[in-house]
Amino acid sequence: MSREDIQTGLAEILEEVAGVTPADATPEKSFTDDLDVDSLSMVEIATAVEDKFGVAIPDDELGNIKTVGDAISFIEKNQG
Amino acid sequence: MTTIQLPTGSNGARILGFGAYRPRRRVTNDELAQTMDTNDEWIQARVGIAERRWAAPDETLVEMSVAAGGKALAASGLDASDIDLVLLATTSPPTAIPGIAPQVAHQLGIPRPGAFDLNAGCAGWCYALGSAADSIRSGSARNVLVVGGERLTDYTNLDDRGTAVIFADGAGAAVLGPSDEPRIGPVVWGSDGDLHEAIAVPLGEQGMSMAGQAVYRWATTKLTATLEEAMRRAGVGPDDIDVFAPHQANLRIIELMAKRLKLPERTVIARDIVRSGNTSAASVPLALSALQESGESKSGDVALLLGYGAGLTFAGQVVVLP
Repeated sequence: MSREDIQTGLAEILEEVAGVTPADATPEKSFTDDLDVDSLSMVEIATAVEDKFGVAIPDDELGNIKTVGDAISFIEKNQG
Repeated sequence: MTTIQLPTGSNGARILGFGAYRPRRRVTNDELAQTMDTNDEWIQARVGIAERRWAAPDETLVEMSVAAGGKALAASGLDASDIDLVLLATTSPPTAIPGIAPQVAHQLGIPRPGAFDLNAGCAGWCYALGSAADSIRSGSARNVLVVGGERLTDYTNLDDRGTAVIFADGAGAAVLGPSDEPRIGPVVWGSDGDLHEAIAVPLGEQGMSMAGQAVYRWATTKLTATLEEAMRRAGVGPDDIDVFAPHQANLRIIELMAKRLKLPERTVIARDIVRSGNTSAASVPLALSALQESGESKSGDVALLLGYGAGLTFAGQVVVLP
């Protein structure tokens, strides 16, 4: 799956979980600082990512994902 | 060969009445914001709590349990002498030895019932409810008092903003009796002991510690199957559920659980956490009591219950409300 497709899929998840406008879900955006997504919502996002992309994000890895771009890279690197 | 006889129990069990005791002192988020780095907006967004109750020194766990138990007894229409088993679910006893169930029974004037404390984390009351219903059906007991009581503030570092805003005190109780038609469904219980450190008061330390993200993930992903199983075993489906009363751990967990179950719009969801905080084993009976008092739940409503928490433990069942 291309980075573009991943970004689209991730934007859908962010809208569903945290009400983020899809146009705002761009790679440089910080989850906590720019998108108002807290650590519990990050867990929901990780669950949804696993359902949608088949990529698991354990809690300790989740802590390293600060931006939308970090999430896209993680999914890209770990997709089957 | 000697045969051992067993009693004839009853076809089923039912809840006859609820009782609740909430400590006098209400602690608002604004009050907590004065002594620690937190604020009302953050607490409400993160956990969904607006205020909680902290027990005073004279509101001991025994006293609160007796108060709640006494009200449940009155609501049931039974006498103290009708009760032959007292189960007391708690994670925060004043002493390890003795357990407090016998003392609570004694203060209620219940004559020499079976009595034991039960520690199954925040799932304790649902575990106890399951055990009580089984005892009635099998004939080990006839009428059972099931109390969930906590003084979590005894085990919480009240300067730690991560936990001081969450944990609170109180007691809830139900009286159960036999029933020709089952009014309490089969309990579905389990545990995830690999996560035993996720919610704990570590040995040698004074306060509760909780791995928030790990617990949130577990509660919102692993327990949907338990809730579905509890419904399935009781022979009901989501559309039959009038009331959903999970342990009041965090409002976001409650909302997400309800969403994942696809409960109908009309289902009343217990949100007692908003006013009560997280009272562990007391939270389900307190929530059910609150719904009854407010009129949001009605006699005959089908309720889906779930306790889950420290252990990690979980237990759920479908019940008909008295």
